[in-house]
Amino acid sequence: MLYRENGQFKTSYRQDEALLPILQDRVFIWALLALAFLAVPFLASNYLFLSILNPFLIMALAAVGLNLLVGYCGQISIGHAAFMAVGAYAAYNLMLRVPNLSFLVALVLAGLIAAAVGMLFGIPSLRIKGLYLAVATLAAQFFIDWTFARVKWFTNYAPSGSVSTPVLDIFGWRLDTPARKYVFLLAVVTVFTVLARNLVRGHIGRAWMAIRDMDVAAEVIGIRPVYAKLTAFAVSSFYVGIAGALWGFVYLGSWEPLAFNITLSLNLLFMIIIGGMGSITGSFFGALFIVALPIVLDQVPATLGVPLSTAMASHLASMIFGALIVFFLIVEPHGLARLWAIGKEKLRLWPFPH
Amino acid sequence: MKQRYLPVAILIAVLAVGLALPLATNASAPGFYIEVLLGGLMAGVLYSLVALGFVLIFKASGVFNFAQGAMVLFAALSVARIAEQVPLWAAVLLGIAIMVLLAVVVERLVLRPLVNQEGVVLLMATLGVSYFLDGFGQTVWGSDIYSIELGLSKAPVMILGDLFKGGILINKDDVAAAVVAVLLVAALAVFFQKTATGRALRAVADDHQAAQSIGIPLNRIWVIVWSVAGVVAVVAGMVWGAKLGVQFSISQVALKALPVVILGGFTSIPGAIIGGLIIGVGEKMAEVFLGPVLVRAFDLAGGGIENWFAYVLALLFLLVRPEGLFGERIIDRV
Repeated sequence: MLYRENGQFKTSYRQDEALLPILQDRVFIWALLALAFLAVPFLASNYLFLSILNPFLIMALAAVGLNLLVGYCGQISIGHAAFMAVGAYAAYNLMLRVPNLSFLVALVLAGLIAAAVGMLFGIPSLRIKGLYLAVATLAAQFFIDWTFARVKWFTNYAPSGSVSTPVLDIFGWRLDTPARKYVFLLAVVTVFTVLARNLVRGHIGRAWMAIRDMDVAAEVIGIRPVYAKLTAFAVSSFYVGIAGALWGFVYLGSWEPLAFNITLSLNLLFMIIIGGMGSITGSFFGALFIVALPIVLDQVPATLGVPLSTAMASHLASMIFGALIVFFLIVEPHGLARLWAIGKEKLRLWPFPH
Repeated sequence: MKQRYLPVAILIAVLAVGLALPLATNASAPGFYIEVLLGGLMAGVLYSLVALGFVLIFKASGVFNFAQGAMVLFAALSVARIAEQVPLWAAVLLGIAIMVLLAVVVERLVLRPLVNQEGVVLLMATLGVSYFLDGFGQTVWGSDIYSIELGLSKAPVMILGDLFKGGILINKDDVAAAVVAVLLVAALAVFFQKTATGRALRAVADDHQAAQSIGIPLNRIWVIVWSVAGVVAVVAGMVWGAKLGVQFSISQVALKALPVVILGGFTSIPGAIIGGLIIGVGEKMAEVFLGPVLVRAFDLAGGGIENWFAYVLALLFLLVRPEGLFGERIIDRV
């Protein structure tokens, strides 16, 4: 009744190309943004910021990045946490070694460095695909992990190998409370999400999707696989590198070697599988799911009054996690984004389904 | 043809030189070199056993089974804990029964509903299975470090002591593990070549549709192949558990089976064995002889290059020969 596009005619090319062609969608997104920017910073508690909202925003950005590669270009990667590490350490070294560098500049440079490294490890994708590529990206994961743990220059010769970052200052605005960090993250994530949405519907995104759907056919119609695959690796690593720098600087503050390990890579992959491959919205759903699930699983036994040891709780969480993944794959292999789309479809006809 | 084999020959030559160099520089004491070599071969046997389960499942169902490591851990935990109550042989039989049950459950609840999905979805599903098994195993059996006693003395035996100074120290359980691995591979070979079920498995591996059209029940074949992989996991888990103790890290180290199957070829059982040995020897050699050189050259904070050596070796191998040493050639040009 409320959600339908009847009577909304597109009378110009501008309207036809709008990011959100339906009025209700536009209203919803603007309301959501207004809520997130204006209301949440004052209403949410520090706990909510620190344990859910801030990690969710960063992980959503990383998931968008991985989704560009896996969901849109069809190149699987089990090593994307390594590119997060590249972003984080690049930003750390830039801030350390270049005097008076603004964090925003360092962030973009870190993303570019991650993109270069990502392209390097994307080269095998030109010869191999699918599961073989998965192992190639595992090589990136372990090699980059090791490099940052062992080469002393990257950690500025810290004896323990862990690095810590100063409080950030964005044009005189200090990011010292969780709420401020949240607003900063939200702004960055919003900008990059809009960019990603536009990227995937432009010519480059369509080239990726053509490669994903059938590489031979894509080449026949004039898409260069080398160009498409390497740009996908570059853009994806750029996003993930930025997410890594944010994760290190804004969320963790200080981190040890192996903070960006294979578990994080697998979690990123779960986010886009559960959220929906080839969907920007899905990346957000997936990130929220993966960030919130362990916390919920942690709280449930306590609220039910069942005493559980921490070890037992973590084993149970791992079990439920695994079962849920299989469950989701069986009921909806296209992820939460697909459920969302079905919901909207149903809403269009509600309450008169015929 | 020549062009196809040249890069492989070069790679193998480089590896051989890498193997020979440390011996040439320490020619006075070959004992240590041979011990490192044997240690590498032992680690390689363990990787091979994990990779074997992997290859079996991939051949028969095209599923890239990420859960093989978790299955090894689960089998080892089961055997170790059951063996505390009953004799070892009974524990092994019970362990095998549990793994067969697991195969049935996985086929029913995971593979059957997901039939005809893309490879990546199945890969994710096995990742889910692996998380589940890690949690389930440790919930049911506990998460301490357990040991499996094979009843062999731990004291190393010195051989070739009179040939050169120091001789070579080897462990009895290492030798037992190698023997078990050989027996297992022989048994699998007989099973695949001589029995009706084995022939059916090979038929399915060759062509799913053709196999189904001549009346081979795919679902039952999947149960069988997951069961066989489960039995392999029991053996791998026992060998591993006897050597290093049964603990969570088994599940993680088993990721090394991935480069092994890349090297050997996804569909080749001998490939899994030889790939495992190459990876095992390669990374031990690299750690012991190349590691210190790298640390000195680049002023690193310690070695540990065995963490990535296997993967990078596999990556290089992928570039020159994507189908692995013994795999079927994939003709798919883009």
